[in-house]
Amino acid sequence: MSIEVRNATKRFGDFVALDDVSVSIPTGQLTALLGPSGGGKSTLLRIIAGLETADSGSVSIEGRDATHEPAQKRNVGFVFQHYAAFKHMTVAKNVAFGLEIRKTPKEEIRERVDELLRLVHLQQFADRKPSQLSGGQRQRMALARALAVRPSVLLLDEPFGALDAKVRKELRDWLRHLHDEVPVTTVFVTHDQEEALEVADEIVVVNEGRVEQVGSPDDLYDAPANRFVMGFLGPVTELSGRLVRPHDVHVFTEPPAGLASTEGRVVRALRVGFEVRLDVALVGVPDAAPTTVTLTRAESRTLGAEAGSTVWLRPAPHALTLAV
Amino acid sequence: MTTTLAPADAPASPAGTAAPRPRRPRRSRGPRALTPASRVGLGVGVLWFSILALIPLVAVVVETSQGGWDAFARALTTPQTAAAIRLTVLNALGVTVLNAVMGTVIAWVLVRDPFPGRRILEIVIDIPFALPTIVAGLVLLTLYGPTSPVGVNVANTQWSVTLALAFVTLPFVVRTVQPVLAELDRDVEEAAASLGARPFTVLRRIVLPALVPAIAAGASLSFARGISEYGSLVLLSGNLPMRTEVASVRILAYLENGDQTSAAAVATVLLGVSLVALLTLDILQRRVVNRGTH
Amino acid sequence: MARTSPWVRLTLRTVVIVYLVLLVGWPVSLVVRATFTDGLTALRDALTDPTVVFSLKLTVSVALQATLLNTVFGVGISLLLVRTDFRGKRLLSALIDLPLSVSPVVVGLAIVLAYGPRGDWFGPWLTGAGVDVLFAPLGIVLATAFVSLPLVVREVVPVLEEIGTDEVQAARSLGANSLQTFWRITLPSIRWALVYGVVLTLARSLGEFGAVKIVSGNLEGRTQTATLLVEQRYHDFDHATAYAVAFLLAAVSVACITLVTYLRPAHGNAR
Repeated sequence: MSIEVRNATKRFGDFVALDDVSVSIPTGQLTALLGPSGGGKSTLLRIIAGLETADSGSVSIEGRDATHEPAQKRNVGFVFQHYAAFKHMTVAKNVAFGLEIRKTPKEEIRERVDELLRLVHLQQFADRKPSQLSGGQRQRMALARALAVRPSVLLLDEPFGALDAKVRKELRDWLRHLHDEVPVTTVFVTHDQEEALEVADEIVVVNEGRVEQVGSPDDLYDAPANRFVMGFLGPVTELSGRLVRPHDVHVFTEPPAGLASTEGRVVRALRVGFEVRLDVALVGVPDAAPTTVTLTRAESRTLGAEAGSTVWLRPAPHALTLAV
Repeated sequence: MTTTLAPADAPASPAGTAAPRPRRPRRSRGPRALTPASRVGLGVGVLWFSILALIPLVAVVVETSQGGWDAFARALTTPQTAAAIRLTVLNALGVTVLNAVMGTVIAWVLVRDPFPGRRILEIVIDIPFALPTIVAGLVLLTLYGPTSPVGVNVANTQWSVTLALAFVTLPFVVRTVQPVLAELDRDVEEAAASLGARPFTVLRRIVLPALVPAIAAGASLSFARGISEYGSLVLLSGNLPMRTEVASVRILAYLENGDQTSAAAVATVLLGVSLVALLTLDILQRRVVNRGTH
Repeated sequence: MARTSPWVRLTLRTVVIVYLVLLVGWPVSLVVRATFTDGLTALRDALTDPTVVFSLKLTVSVALQATLLNTVFGVGISLLLVRTDFRGKRLLSALIDLPLSVSPVVVGLAIVLAYGPRGDWFGPWLTGAGVDVLFAPLGIVLATAFVSLPLVVREVVPVLEEIGTDEVQAARSLGANSLQTFWRITLPSIRWALVYGVVLTLARSLGEFGAVKIVSGNLEGRTQTATLLVEQRYHDFDHATAYAVAFLLAAVSVACITLVTYLRPAHGNAR
């Protein structure tokens, strides 16, 4: 295990940001700390980096107890949501900063900076100031700066949070590739479940100061430990007292013979791109919110259900359901 | 709620079961506790500040209190001192009102009326702040004194006090109002205009209310500076007892006569007024800041 | 005002220009005229008068010392006020502004009472130790530092608040210690605000009059600063010298202000 956090607790006034959290981060992998805003995931990352001190608990990095080490001694690379670019320095100087602090010989610094700028595709911007770069370029510069010192772990705090949707997606793919090239133990914080599912080898779901579940993206999606994880990782709807994913609901236009099903009326049919969403008001529970079903366009066309139709619903066989 | 898509920031929680999410905590990157090194720094800083400013000012108040209440009252009710304090406060108030109006107008012209030569006005406005006060007095005396080229002589009259105070307090309102006016959202004014408001109505209903805290903050600075003025009056006002003598001059006169207690009494009054002005300013600045963020 | 009528605009502009010319522009220009009525004679005479030269040297020396003290103090206190939390922080931050609104005469009196030989505080003790505060350069430096104390803090604090601590934390995570972070990250980020504050402090220090008048004793050739000399020469009807020295002081302060005005828009927002 590359990073071990044991029994970390952190309060800000009355607010409990972390409540006795223990996490192990495996070496060489890309781990996501996923959870809603204010859930404590950034605090956890900052405690690992030494930018914040836990009220109690311990942190060890690569087997070394780092609980009382200041940030500058931990040899971690940290990438901030808002880049934290050194605005008065050129891009190359930004990347060289950590090496200059370590009194690395000039020649070596030059080579390492060149190498990193090439890695993040910024070699032609070496002499620009950060203000002349786009958001995505600045964040790549920040990554190069963090990687320059060959950190034992790389920590990223909502690294794509300040970027627009398209750049986010590009950088996400790029981070995945970068990690395959430079396999340093990496932890990144995100509140975007899609980002975590797509990029991470392992996901730690953090909510209200506690770890809800740790596992691979598949584990989490297919076997959520509780309703929170299920709800946070993807869409859910309620059907006969159980939570189920909307694409795991089967729809019939006749009561299916020999199978338990629930009757309802389609109150709305909405096409969203390649899928069709049906909102179904169930018979017998008139005040409840409608159950949502997602179908592919082909399925929907075959079924012929539209607003006003009466349908019968049941969870698909082997569908994951949790009690409400 | 039965959600089908979980938007990033509002995760689908099972119908009605999730507790309301706590409000976002104070961001963790705020100020932090003192490290041993910064503790030493704070100690040295506070010590220096105390030696330089706090201890001497406390000494003034202590000196006053040693004279007792009677001596305090006697010093302040002496006709000459009472007249000096009245003259100082009245002139400071008058000049503050003048500055509230003229300062706002000047700030408006600087922000909203781009004409060539505006840069020069910017410098002219800061001159009273940088000019040594004795030089300021000499400067005013040259145009408005006995040898005035335009035949206006206010030297040794009460008008000279007003003039000197208007000169030295000129920058305060301008400099507090200017940034607020520059930051003011033009959209709001345009929206008001599009809703049928005439320019004067826009000014009265939209612009002025937004500027009031800044004007008041500048005015309180200007008042504090006005009541404490000394240097620019030395050459200009003649320091005539009962007529053009201001509070600061009284303090000096008491001191020169060896009456430290009475000097301290007048000084304590000035300090008290300054403190009130400063407190007002602190409260107003908070309001200006809040207005900016909400 | 979405649209201001040209008529209103022109009226306001004229009012402002007339007001500023009558109050500041014209009087200041007259001092320049008065100084140079006889060409450079007045200035040359003044600069060959040893008392004048002494007062100018004393003024510059005092101003530099006070500025140095206030710069070190100002940067340190600003960092503490913005980046750390401690009890009494709000009080300290409010008190630091106090010298700006205290009458120079009160400042002088305060120093006389606290450090003068006749006071009940440190005066006797200081005299016993052979340290003269009153009627000595030390007192002048104290008085000058007092009146210009908040200027650096007032310029630096808003900039520190605006830049936040992201860059500092990034530097820390890259291995920089506190001192390295200060020199390489914080100082370059606040340098224009600091220059601005230092120039203002210097201008204010060169021109201090009231407080210095009380603590210095105005001893010609020993504790008489340039501003005190202007007053004395004017009262002694040596108007030529008074105007010449006043002109020098005014020239320096206007130069400071001009410098700062040109520095600020160019770099103030360029972060």
